[in-house]
Amino acid sequence: MSAEALLLTILLLPLAGAAGIIITCRTPNVREGVTLLTSALIAILVVVLATRFMDGEVFALTLIEPLPGIAIAFEIEALGILFALVAGLLWVVTSVYSIGYMRGHNEQNQTRFFAAFAVSIAATMGIAFSANLVTLFLFYELLTLSTYPLVTHAGTPEAKQGGRAYLGILLGTSIGLFLLGILVTWSLTGRVDFQAGGILAGHVDPAWAGLLYALFLFGIGKAAVMPFHRWLPAAMVAPTPVSALLHAVAVVKAGVFTLLKVTIYIFGGEFILSNDVTGGLIWMAAATILIASMVAMTKDNLKARLAYSTVSQLSYIVLGVMLASKAGLIGASMHIAMHAFAKITLFFGAGAIMVASHKKRVSELNGLGRAMPVTFATFFIGTLSIIGLPPFGGMWSKWYLALGAVETTQLLLLAVLMISSLLNIIYLLPIPIRAFFSKPESGEHYTKIAEAPKSMLLAMVITSTACVILFFYPDPFYRLAGLAAGGY
Amino acid sequence: MVDHISLLLVVVPLIAAPVVAVLPRGRLPWALSFIVATLCAVLAGMQLWSILHEGAISYELGGWAPPWGIEYRIDAVNAFVALIVAAIAAITLPYALLSTEREIPEEKIPLFYSAMLLCLTGLLGITQTGDIFNVFVFLEISSLASYALISLGRQRQAFTSAYQYLIMGTIGATFYLIGVGLIYSQTGSLNMQDLAAILPDVLHLKTVETGFAFIMIGIALKLALFPLHLWLPNAYTYAPSVVTVFLAATATKVAVYVMLRILFTVFPQGFALTTPADELFIVAGIAGIIVASVYAIYQENTKRLLAYSSVAQVGYMALGIGFASATGVTATLIHLFNHALMKGALFMAIGAIIYRIGACRMDQINGLGRAMPWTFGAIVIGGLSLVGVPGTAGFISKWYLVVAALEQEAWISVAVILLGSLLAVVYVGKLIEALYFKPVSDAGKEVSEAPILLLMPTWGLVFANLYFGLDTDLTVGVAEKAAAVLGVMRP
Repeated sequence: MSAEALLLTILLLPLAGAAGIIITCRTPNVREGVTLLTSALIAILVVVLATRFMDGEVFALTLIEPLPGIAIAFEIEALGILFALVAGLLWVVTSVYSIGYMRGHNEQNQTRFFAAFAVSIAATMGIAFSANLVTLFLFYELLTLSTYPLVTHAGTPEAKQGGRAYLGILLGTSIGLFLLGILVTWSLTGRVDFQAGGILAGHVDPAWAGLLYALFLFGIGKAAVMPFHRWLPAAMVAPTPVSALLHAVAVVKAGVFTLLKVTIYIFGGEFILSNDVTGGLIWMAAATILIASMVAMTKDNLKARLAYSTVSQLSYIVLGVMLASKAGLIGASMHIAMHAFAKITLFFGAGAIMVASHKKRVSELNGLGRAMPVTFATFFIGTLSIIGLPPFGGMWSKWYLALGAVETTQLLLLAVLMISSLLNIIYLLPIPIRAFFSKPESGEHYTKIAEAPKSMLLAMVITSTACVILFFYPDPFYRLAGLAAGGY
Repeated sequence: MVDHISLLLVVVPLIAAPVVAVLPRGRLPWALSFIVATLCAVLAGMQLWSILHEGAISYELGGWAPPWGIEYRIDAVNAFVALIVAAIAAITLPYALLSTEREIPEEKIPLFYSAMLLCLTGLLGITQTGDIFNVFVFLEISSLASYALISLGRQRQAFTSAYQYLIMGTIGATFYLIGVGLIYSQTGSLNMQDLAAILPDVLHLKTVETGFAFIMIGIALKLALFPLHLWLPNAYTYAPSVVTVFLAATATKVAVYVMLRILFTVFPQGFALTTPADELFIVAGIAGIIVASVYAIYQENTKRLLAYSSVAQVGYMALGIGFASATGVTATLIHLFNHALMKGALFMAIGAIIYRIGACRMDQINGLGRAMPWTFGAIVIGGLSLVGVPGTAGFISKWYLVVAALEQEAWISVAVILLGSLLAVVYVGKLIEALYFKPVSDAGKEVSEAPILLLMPTWGLVFANLYFGLDTDLTVGVAEKAAAVLGVMRP
């Protein structure tokens, strides 16, 4: 298949899948089959694309030109492949999981769910492969809009409130700040395409460069940098498969990915270093890391705790980006992958617990591990990867992030990373430990609770095994991260 | 034949109007109106094509040479606006067939279509003519027809709304006439091109400046520029659905065109900049965007919500005029086109809801989104276009508006344009939440999807929104040419 055809297929296939899901709405098994088939095909195609890219093939595609000089255009570069790989591989796993979840939980409106999911993946792929800011913005907004029906799926007043916060913050930041940043970039330079080394050098007065970067930093609300992070806990009202793939992987990683692209390909490393663009803003990321971790400690609701943990982990990536060093960038890029696999395991676990035992709070989980050993074992593995311990993949990304902080002699930031790892231990580790080793609170014995449905278990085992594999074989992600950092 | 297109665009609906009025009841009045509107749309398209390839047209009525004879002078600007008006008329008429059967008493239907054609005549006449007094004549024709059309609404407030519009509209038209008279007294000419040559010599005269001011205020009233917009919410809300669709998508656009003509073609380059006009446009635009959008958020009647939204959108167009730059005027022209598409689609969808349940208040439309998915889809996409989400026509307008503001370093305007989009998210979100999340109200039980004859024109406009959000050769291309023709003041 030609390069353009492959690219176009990856972009259009999930949309075709969504159409197929709507058409087969009357036959649930066929409909689920469509989801599985589409996601499996995407996973395969993305791997093929990645392999061909790493062999040196070049991909570029231009569709239509809505604004003079600005086209809807796609191109493949290392970061985009990394992001697409993560999203594509995890979609098929999540599909397996969600089928079990939706059926186990007797959810309504499943067609709408699976169709919106597919559209969201299409939007994610669009973001991953964008060649310029306007194309990226188009798919960024599409992602916000296509995930809205997923967030408000339950249709309850809480879901509606959550949806309002979600849409309000994400659209507010994207239209009010991100779009403004894009327009200012266009006004100053006459271009919006991504280019190695950045496009702003020489066009921006260094005094204003920091302000422009702030527009992007806060405008890309999906990166959940405080104070624009509240949409993420608000989105936890969604069904857990949504929280797992979209809010641990696709949506949030789309945010940090966008920030990475803007930093590397619009601003450029040299420009940032020579004008100290990120000097002050990096403390926003550091603050987010610490404050979010501390809030996570206070949350008894499991999904809320995981949500704040995600906010904190995302700022690791943001920190790594703003360090403006090669190691920091490698750490940030790898963390996109490592955190995705680990967090999705944790969210899968939360959903499994909810379906099997109807429990949502950490305080209720004592002793549950004996009734649900596989669930909590995988949860334990995910926890260790998030903390950054070997032999789990999370260790590599933390290593490089710490290296980046040392390289740039930002020892205070190194301290932030260390303290945060400690906080991770405090708010995550007790969960599996108490599940296995504590007695149930009211003295009840969990005779009636059995393990989660098989498809959910399968998904959790796959992602937690991946966490282990990624420790021993982080190569694909490491190579891609290195390629991206090379252009820094 | 081709040479006479410019005249035919005005004459055909003018002659058809009385014919339609005396046709027997049944579907004949509609059929003839539909044929006429489609013919006008085709002619307008041919006219635009001719302009783009062969240059401006100058047509002398009756063979009498200007400046004493009336001249129809068509260049990229009028051809563009004429196309919008005629195309909207053509797509509204299929919609009108079913909608009027529900909303207008049967014996009045031939008169209704007659008035529609007269309104079309007036609007097209305004765009075609090159004589400022002729503009007044057609302005009054279209306005009087609109007053009659609005009064045909079912609720009693239709009368009072039409009356309010009549009073305010006549004031506006009278101010315009006074302005024209004052200018005529000092120049002796009514022809736009001629005035452009004569006026530079007499600009210093207080009479001419006063005439300019009168014309500006008069048109601003017709434009519904804040704070002269008070007639619009009532007129749009209580008019029959078809009338709202047609007027929302055309009347204010034509008034914007007249404003552009007076400011940039008739009066010489740079004159408006010496007056407070440009600053006033910006202030009025900003005020309109913020105030009208906030008002829209609190409306209980969906048509009224969209009406206030229209006032805000006119504010955007005023901002573009106020910047008085090539990009600014281009942005105004692009938004002219795109807004016609957006509001047309939205009002058509609301009209479909009215067709099914006879009402359009927020508490009455609860939960209808699930029973009427296609109508709901139209509201979602139209709403997204209104917000300015990329991929829709609205994004293109917003892009150009902000770029124009950035060029002028008008930071407040930049913030206001983006804030307007965010306010639109709130009121569009309110509409969507009511339609989808709330449980169905009593008014909405056992409702089925709107009939296909209502859905097709609606989705035609919806697809146009999406199409012109991606392929902007027509909108941006022609708008840029038109802005160049108008004559730019600030680079």
